[in-house]
Amino acid sequence: MNIDSIKNGTVIDHIPAGRGMKLYELLGLDKLDCPVAIIKNAVSSQMGRKDIIKIDADIPVSFDIIGYIAPNVTVNIIKGGKLIEKKSIELPETLIDVIKCKNPRCITSTEQELKHIFRLDDPEKRVYRCAYCDTKAE
Amino acid sequence: MSELRHLIDVSDLTVNEIEELIATANDIIANPGKYAEKCHGKKLATLFFEPSTRTRLSFEAAMYELGGNVLGFSEAQSSSAAKGESVADTAKVVSCYADIIAMRHPKEGAPLVAAQNSTVPVINAGDGGHFHPTQTLADLLTIAREKGGFENLTVGFCGDLKFGRTVHSLISALSRYKGLRVILISPEELKLPSYVKNDILKKAGVEYIQTTDLEEYMPELDILYMTRVQKERFFNEEDYLRLKDSYILTPDRLVNAKADLSVMHPLPRVNEISVEIDKDPRACYFKQVLNGKYIRMALILKLLQSAGTIG
Repeated sequence: MNIDSIKNGTVIDHIPAGRGMKLYELLGLDKLDCPVAIIKNAVSSQMGRKDIIKIDADIPVSFDIIGYIAPNVTVNIIKGGKLIEKKSIELPETLIDVIKCKNPRCITSTEQELKHIFRLDDPEKRVYRCAYCDTKAE
Repeated sequence: MSELRHLIDVSDLTVNEIEELIATANDIIANPGKYAEKCHGKKLATLFFEPSTRTRLSFEAAMYELGGNVLGFSEAQSSSAAKGESVADTAKVVSCYADIIAMRHPKEGAPLVAAQNSTVPVINAGDGGHFHPTQTLADLLTIAREKGGFENLTVGFCGDLKFGRTVHSLISALSRYKGLRVILISPEELKLPSYVKNDILKKAGVEYIQTTDLEEYMPELDILYMTRVQKERFFNEEDYLRLKDSYILTPDRLVNAKADLSVMHPLPRVNEISVEIDKDPRACYFKQVLNGKYIRMALILKLLQSAGTIG
C-alpha cells in the first residue's frame, strides 16, 4: 500500500498496533479538512505491527495526548518535504482535558467549567489520578 | 510552615509541620490565656455545603477561643450554591469578607477548587469520602498526648475500613513513623482498599494483619480506632443494614486489652461502642473532640500567620 509522502505536516510513527484510531479521535483529527492517513497494522521490524498517522498540514498536535495513548512513539515534523524534527514522546506528567474523571462524587461531575486534570502517579504502571478526587483513571 | 497557605490533605504537611502544630496545640492547652486575643478582629467563614454539626462547631469554638469571629452557613440550601453558584465563585466572594475559610462539601475536590480561587487560606473540613485533614490532626494530637509519640505503636482499626476516610488518612500519617504495626479488623465487604495497602502500607514497609475478629489481637493493641459504618457512603440501603452492626465494643471485649489501651473513634458513634465504655479510663473519643478544637486553633493560627494576616 502506498501513501503519498507529505510536504508540510506531522507523521506519528511507532504507535502500538490498535491504538491509532483512539489517538485519531482524541487528537480531534476527524475535525480537520486536510488529508489525514491512518495506517493500521503496518509491518515494523521493532514492533512486529504498528500504526502510523500522517497529517498533511502544518497544525499543532498535543504531545500530551500522544504520550498518554502511545508513549514512546516518534513524532516527525515535516517541512518543505524534509524531516526537520524528530521527537520521542514520553508519558506526560499532567493531562488536561484529555480524559474525564468518572467518579460521580468528584467536583468535576457537577462543575462543568472545571478542567479535567490528571497527574501521573505511577510512571511504571502508567497510573494517572484525578487532581481533585485522586480517583485512578480507567 | 511559612509557605503553607491552605490545608487540603494532611499529606500537605511535613512531619515537622505536624509536630509544630501539635506543639502549638499543647501550648494552647497549657496557656489558653496567651492565645485568647490572637485573632482579634479576624473572621473565619465556615462554608458547610453539607451538615456536620460537630466539625462546624469545633471550628467555630476554635475561632472564638482565639478572639475572632465567625460567619457562614451550615447547609447548601442556605448558600448561593442553591442558586447554582460555582465553588470557585463562592470562594472568590467569601475571600472578600473573611480572613480564612473552612469548607465542607459533599463533592470530592471542592475545597481544592476553593483554594485555587481564594485569596485567603482554605481549610478542607471534609470533602465527601476523600479527605478530612483536621480529623486526622485531632487524632494525631490525641495519640501524641496519650502515648507520648508515634513510634512503635500497634494500632487496630475496626469497622468500615473501605469507606472510612479517617482511617485511610490516619494510616497514611502514622506510616511515616518507625515501628508502626497495623491490625485491620473489618467484615470482608468493608476491608481496607488494596490501593491503601499497596500505596501506603507496603510502600512504607509497615507490617499489617487483616482479620475479621475484634478480640483476636486485642491484647497487643496500644490503640483501638473504632469507626462507624456510614450510611451516607452506601448507594444501597440493604448493604448498609446488613453491615452496620458488624462490630460493637463492649466491656467484656476489653477484658484482655492492655491497661493503657486508648480507644478512639472519630464520632459520631451509633452503637459501635457501648456507652458503658465511656466510663473506662481507656476511652479517649471525647478527648479527641476536645483535642480537635485545640488543633484547629493551632492550624488557624499557623495559616493566618503564613498568610501574613496576624503576627
